Amino acid sequence: MRSGSLEALPRPRAAGAAAWRRALGALGSVLRHDPFAAAGICIYAVFVLVALLAPWIAPYDPQQTIVRGDDLMASRPPGREFLLGTTNVGRDIFSQLVYGARPALTVGFAAAFCVTLLGTVVGIVAGYSGGWIDALLMRLADVAFGIPFLPLVIVLVAFLGPSLWNIVLTMALLLWKDTARVVRAQVLVLRERGFVESARVLGASPVRVMLVHIAPNVLPVALLYGSLAVGWAILTEASVSFLGFGDATQISWGFMLQDAYVSQALSSGAYNWFVPPGICIMLVVMAGYFISRGYEELLFPRLRRQ
Amino acid sequence: MTRASSRWIAQRLAQMLLVLWVIATILFLIFRLMPGNPLVAYIDPNFTAEQQRALVHEFGLALPLWQQYLLYLKASATGHMGQSFFYHAPVAQLVWETLPNTLILTGGAVIVAYLLGTAAGAFFAWRRGAAAEGIGIPLALAARAAPEFWVGMILLAVFSFSLRWFPSSGTASPGVQYASVWQQLTSPDFLRHLALPLATFVLYLQGLPLLLMRSSMLDVMEEEFVVMARMKGLPERRILLRHAARNALLPVATAFALVIGYSLGGDVVIENVFSWPGLGRLLVKAVASKDYPLAQGAFLLIAAVAILMNLLADLAYAWLDPRVSYAKR
Repeated sequence: MRSGSLEALPRPRAAGAAAWRRALGALGSVLRHDPFAAAGICIYAVFVLVALLAPWIAPYDPQQTIVRGDDLMASRPPGREFLLGTTNVGRDIFSQLVYGARPALTVGFAAAFCVTLLGTVVGIVAGYSGGWIDALLMRLADVAFGIPFLPLVIVLVAFLGPSLWNIVLTMALLLWKDTARVVRAQVLVLRERGFVESARVLGASPVRVMLVHIAPNVLPVALLYGSLAVGWAILTEASVSFLGFGDATQISWGFMLQDAYVSQALSSGAYNWFVPPGICIMLVVMAGYFISRGYEELLFPRLRRQ
Repeated sequence: MTRASSRWIAQRLAQMLLVLWVIATILFLIFRLMPGNPLVAYIDPNFTAEQQRALVHEFGLALPLWQQYLLYLKASATGHMGQSFFYHAPVAQLVWETLPNTLILTGGAVIVAYLLGTAAGAFFAWRRGAAAEGIGIPLALAARAAPEFWVGMILLAVFSFSLRWFPSSGTASPGVQYASVWQQLTSPDFLRHLALPLATFVLYLQGLPLLLMRSSMLDVMEEEFVVMARMKGLPERRILLRHAARNALLPVATAFALVIGYSLGGDVVIENVFSWPGLGRLLVKAVASKDYPLAQGAFLLIAAVAILMNLLADLAYAWLDPRVSYAKR
């Protein structure tokens, strides 16, 4: 962390860009060199590809009840025709699984983005401004901490209507607090550093100091929490769908599990129906853990020896 | 108990009330300001005109919003949470009846998960690099990443429907009644009902204490006093338990509040998988059947449980670590 502002004084814009480039470069190299983080990125990449190419990968329409001649293809075992078998009303499970990647990733990334952005902004503003702004924002975080998360999501989604975006919205409203807290702690340290001090002395506005000198340096912490939030969001969406408050027009992994649960798939032993969606959720959430592990090593180099 | 500590406890209690008040206010706003007629939220459309008028009067629905708000706060504080549309019974009675089931399941799971998690974490740190660690850590991570309701579904399918070892739902076999809570807690029938939900819950919660304890142990084991104990030639087991584990426990205890935070979310989901008659199941049923007074009451009580458990965690932490000064926190 050199003081980027002095050498680039005549071109402030370039200094900002350089600070951000440096921060992103450091992140990129960690992700490339940590095997766990690389594995996490690979898992994400595969699921993103599946989500994008769903219409080409899935052999059937996920909502379609498949009929052959006069026979409804209900509760078929896995086989060549139906890779993972069919549901009790004759829908192809594999196709549902493929399409299910779409809402999961949409919610995961959208919610993680909102949570991280909101949390980082609150954390930086609170940490840098101090005083009553800090006190107010941190009391808000305390209150948000005391509200049970999933029950509130259920109540809000039930009122606002079942849609993916309402789940994203409620998550952003409640989960910013974790990111905000750690970012703030980091900012309190950064604020006293020489390069921030010199930027302030040279007359940089508070907004500029926060954007150019502080934000790039809290990026790793923010992204650590962001990569965990992806998993949280996907789990939350699945839980909400499982409880029956999901968006019924979209097939998601949580919806598949609810469908299997209420259709007595458990007592009929249709493992081919309810095991795969859970594995998909687990893999995506674990990918988030793996990536966050990579960031942890960047943040706390002491861990590397372990 | 010093003056500082009692002041700190008073502060925590005040903060607790503040959070409860904010939650109650948020609920009020959600339920009153939602689109459409706010009366819908409180009055069963199947009631007669006279009953509806009585309810309008009871909740002060014809009054200005701020007066409604004050009435609502007063009613909530005194435990009058209205009448459930669906069960035709007072909300207060319904939520109090289900509260013990939630407390038993959540409290039991948190305790078991913490005991098992910290023990396993200490073990994995001690046997660093052994095969057990190579298998155990990824398994713990996977169990933590898996959706808890899915784990519950698999346990149900295997142990209940296929092997028939455990019942699939509820807290008791038909017709079973208990004379006291103690009798219920110790009856084999109840424990058989509790086994699967509890196991699911423990699998869901174990990850954090386990991983934290492991990394905390690894840190502590390199500290001088552990090296010193080794040099003195103390038995390994004694070093592990008396020197390392004890000091490694503190960061794990700090994370307790975090675990409580998501344990209530897990509780809602797990209660629904196993049809466990607790607050979480009541909340979901109430929201699904648009039974707003009941939903509101169940939510308030869940929030109160969360806040109370947080307070207990804080007290336990202050007791564990005497260095924590009450006044400063």
